[in-house]
Amino acid sequence: MSAGESKIALGGKTARTTPDLARDRRRGIVDGRGAALAAVLLLLALSLLPPIALLIGDPFLVVTATRIMIFAIAALSLDLVLGYGAMVSFGHAAFLGLGAYSVAILLANGTSDILIQTLVAILASALFALVTGAISLRTKGVYFIMITLAFGQMAYFFMVSLSAYGGDDGMTLAARSTLLGLPVLNSDLTLFYLTLGVLALAFVGLRAVIFSRFGRVLRGTRQNPVRMQAIGFQPFAYQLTAYVIAGALAGVAGVLLANQAEFVSPAYMSWQRSGELIVMVVLGGMGTLVGAIGGAIAFLLLEDWLAKFSEHWKLGLGVLLVCLVLFTRGGIAGGIERLFRRAPS
Amino acid sequence: MSEPLLSVSHLRKSFGALAVTDDVSFNVAPGELHAIIGPNGAGKTTLIHQLSGSLASDSGAISFAGDEVTRLSMVDRVRRGLARSFQITSILEAFTVLENAALAVQARSGSSFRFFRSAAREAPINDAAMAALARVKLDDRAHRRAGSLSHGEKRQLEIAIALATGARLLLLDEPLAGTGREESAVLVSLMRELKETHTLVLIEHDMDAVFALADRVSVLVYGQLIATGVPEVVRNHRDVRAAYLGEETAA
Amino acid sequence: MFNLFLLQALNGVQFGILLFLVAAGLTLIFGIMDMINLAHGVLYMVGAYFAAAFTALTGDFLLGLAIALPAALLFGLVLEFLIFRHLYERDHLDQVLATFGLILILNEGVKILWGAAPMSVPIPDILSGSIPLIGPLRYPFYRVVIIAAGLATAVGLWLLVNHTRVGMLLRAGAVNAPMVSALGVDIRRLFMLVFGFGAMLAGFAGAMVAPILSVEPGMGDGILILTFVVIVIGGVGSVRGAFVAAILVGLVDTLGRTFGPIVLRSLMDPSAASQTGQTLAPMLIYILMAAVLFFRPSGLFPAKGAAA
Repeated sequence: MSAGESKIALGGKTARTTPDLARDRRRGIVDGRGAALAAVLLLLALSLLPPIALLIGDPFLVVTATRIMIFAIAALSLDLVLGYGAMVSFGHAAFLGLGAYSVAILLANGTSDILIQTLVAILASALFALVTGAISLRTKGVYFIMITLAFGQMAYFFMVSLSAYGGDDGMTLAARSTLLGLPVLNSDLTLFYLTLGVLALAFVGLRAVIFSRFGRVLRGTRQNPVRMQAIGFQPFAYQLTAYVIAGALAGVAGVLLANQAEFVSPAYMSWQRSGELIVMVVLGGMGTLVGAIGGAIAFLLLEDWLAKFSEHWKLGLGVLLVCLVLFTRGGIAGGIERLFRRAPS
Repeated sequence: MSEPLLSVSHLRKSFGALAVTDDVSFNVAPGELHAIIGPNGAGKTTLIHQLSGSLASDSGAISFAGDEVTRLSMVDRVRRGLARSFQITSILEAFTVLENAALAVQARSGSSFRFFRSAAREAPINDAAMAALARVKLDDRAHRRAGSLSHGEKRQLEIAIALATGARLLLLDEPLAGTGREESAVLVSLMRELKETHTLVLIEHDMDAVFALADRVSVLVYGQLIATGVPEVVRNHRDVRAAYLGEETAA
Repeated sequence: MFNLFLLQALNGVQFGILLFLVAAGLTLIFGIMDMINLAHGVLYMVGAYFAAAFTALTGDFLLGLAIALPAALLFGLVLEFLIFRHLYERDHLDQVLATFGLILILNEGVKILWGAAPMSVPIPDILSGSIPLIGPLRYPFYRVVIIAAGLATAVGLWLLVNHTRVGMLLRAGAVNAPMVSALGVDIRRLFMLVFGFGAMLAGFAGAMVAPILSVEPGMGDGILILTFVVIVIGGVGSVRGAFVAAILVGLVDTLGRTFGPIVLRSLMDPSAASQTGQTLAPMLIYILMAAVLFFRPSGLFPAKGAAA
C-alpha cells in the first residue's frame, strides 16, 4: 500500500513500472520444461556422486553433498513463501531448528524412529508456522519482515533456555535415528540417498503445488493482490497455507540436518541462518524451484571456498551481497538472469 | 419500474474534514447502463471504491439484488455478482491472457485449496474463460502473455476478467482511460454488446461514449449527485451545464 | 522483595532507554522511507567501538564520547551516501539483502580492526560509584547517568519533532511521504538527515553502554531484533510510540527474567517453576509483541492510520 506510493514520491520517478515488469519476468512465468529438465539432470548427477567420490577417494564429498542437499530442501521450502508467495520471511531457520530439535528431544526420551520423529517435526513446525504466520500475515511489508524475524528469534531463545537439552551449547545426539528399529542411517551413504530422495520428492511435490489451483492463486497474489481480491480471492488464507506448507517442509530438512550432524544447537535457528537461506533462494533466482536448489549449492560451495582464503570470509560474502544488489539493476536475480540471457540458449 | 439491482442510499465518505462523497443516492435497474460522470476530483473514484467494497463507507447503505452489502468485503461482493474493473489497468502481467480470465472463473468454481492437479489442464475452467475472452474479442490472444498486449487490448482484458467472475453487475471504472480513437471505438461497441446481458455502472470521462451508451446518467460534483436522468435531460440540465459541461467547453 | 523490584525496575528503564535511542532513528527510517534496514544494529556496535577506541586514544571517556558522536554521525552519512541512497527505490528484498551484507561486512570489519576479543571501557571516575535510593539501597551512578542522558535526548527529540519545521516534515513524511515531496521539500536531503541523525543516536546508545557491557563484534545483532520488537509494538514511524514501547519492552524483559520464576513458584513446585520461568522469560517480549499485533496490527501509536 504505502510502498508503491512513497516510491513514486522519490523525485517523481515513474520508472517504477519498468523494474516491476523486469521482476515479473524474472519471478514470473515458470515455464516448466527447461527448469524441470535442469532439475532432473541435477538430481541424476547428484545420485552418481557417491560412486564418483569413491573413485576419486574422497568419501567426505558424500557428507558435504548431504549437507548441501539438506539446505537445498530448506531453500526450496523458503522459495514457496519468498519466490512464489512474495512474502519476505526472515524467520525460516526456526523451522529447520524445530525439526532438528524434534529429533534430539524425542531421542533423548527414547524414541529413535525417524518416521515418528518426522511426524512430530512436521506437526511442530506446521503449528508454529500456523500461529506465527496468522499473526505476521495480518501485516505487510516492513512489518512482516520484522515480525517474522522476531518470531524466529523467539524460537531461538526458547531453545537456548532449554537447559535440559543443552541450552546455548546445543547437544550431541547419542545416535542417528533408526528406521523401523534398524540403524540403517548410520551409513553416510544411506543418509545421502535418503536426503536425495526427500529432495526429489520435495521438488516434485512443490512443482505440482505451484501449478495447481492453489499455486495459481498464490502466484497471482504475488503479482497483484488487489486484482485477486477483485475477482474473489482473499489472499490471507492462501498465503498462510503456503507459509504452513513451507514451515513443515523446512522441519523435515531439520530432521535430516540433526541426523547428518549428529548434533543440534540453537545456532541452527539463528537469524543469520534465516538470512543465509534468503540469500540461497535469491542467488538461484526466486520463483524457480531448480534455482533454489542451485542457489543452495552455490552458496554453500562459495562459503567453503571463501573460508579457505581467510577466517574473515563473511566480509567477502557481505561485500559480494552489497555489490550484487547495488550494481545489478533489479537485484541479484535480475543480474543473474541477464547473465544467462546473454549466453546463447 | 422493476426492483433495482443496485440501490445506493445516502452514501458518505470523508477524509478528515473533506466529504469526498456526500449523501449519494441512486438506483440501477436490472439491464440498465448507468453512467456516472463528473469533473476531476468529484469523488467518482472514491464512489467506485465504496461500491466495490475496497473502501468502507462512513454512513449510508448499499444493497445488491435485494441484500444489504454495505459491510461486506470486496471478495464477498464479487462472490454475490458485483464485480469491478480498474481505471489503472490491473491485470496479472506475467500470466497469459487465458490464465487471467481462468483465475476469475476458478474463483467461483469450487475450492481453490487443491494442491496437486494442474490447474491449466482444467477444461471446464478454460472453456468458461475462453467464452469471456470471446465476448471482448480477445480469444485469438489467449495464449499471449498479458503484459505483452497493447494498451487497448489490456483494457479489453480488464473487462473480460470482470465478466469471467460471473458477475451480474459490472462496475467499469473509466474503461476508456488512455485509449486512442480506434481502441475506444472497439471498447464502446463491446460495451454496447455487454448491455444485452449485463447491468453496467460506467464511470467515464469520454462524453461521446457516455451519451451514446447510457440509459441514464448521474452527475457527481464535489461529492454530491446534482442530477440523475436520461441523457437528454441531463445534458440540458442547468446546474449540470454550469458545473460540468461548461467546464468542458471552456477547456 | 520491594528493593529488588525497585532495582530491577530501574534496570528495566535503563535498558528501555537504550532501546529507545536505537529505535528512534530506525522507526523514522522505516516510516518515512518505507525502507527495511537491518544494519541499524551494527551502527550501535560501531558507536561502542568508536567510544572504546577514542577513550583509549585520549585516555578520557567523556572526551572519547565527545569524538565518538560526530564520528558516528559521519559514519552514518558515509553509509547513506555509499549504499542506502541507492536502496530507497528498491523493493524490500533488495534492501534486506544489501543491509544483511552490510552487517556481515561491519561485524567482520571490527573484528579485523580491533580483534575478536571483547574490549572493555572503564567507567570514568566522576561517573563511578553509586547513589543512595531508599534506606541502605544504592544504585550505580553511571546507570542513572544513562537514564538521564536518554531522557534528555527523548525530550530533545520531542521538541525537534513537535516544534520545528524539520519535525513537522518528519511527521508529515511518516504519514504521507508523497505529499511532503509534492510540497517542494528536497526529500533526499530529509532522508539523509534522518539517516545520519538516526545513526548518531544508535551510536550514542552504543557509546553509552560501552563502560557497562563488553564491546564485541555482533553486539548489535541482538539489540537490532529487540529494536524491531519495539518498533512493531510502538507503530512504525512514531517516535512517541518507540519511546513507550521501548520502556515497556525494557521493563517486561528485565522484570520478567527476575520475577517470572518467583511468580510461578506460587503456582507450581519450585524446580518446575524455575525451569518454566527460565524458558518463558526470554519469550515474554515476543508474546507481548504478538498480543499487541493481534489487537492492533499497526502498533500502539500508528503514524499512518488516517491516510490510507
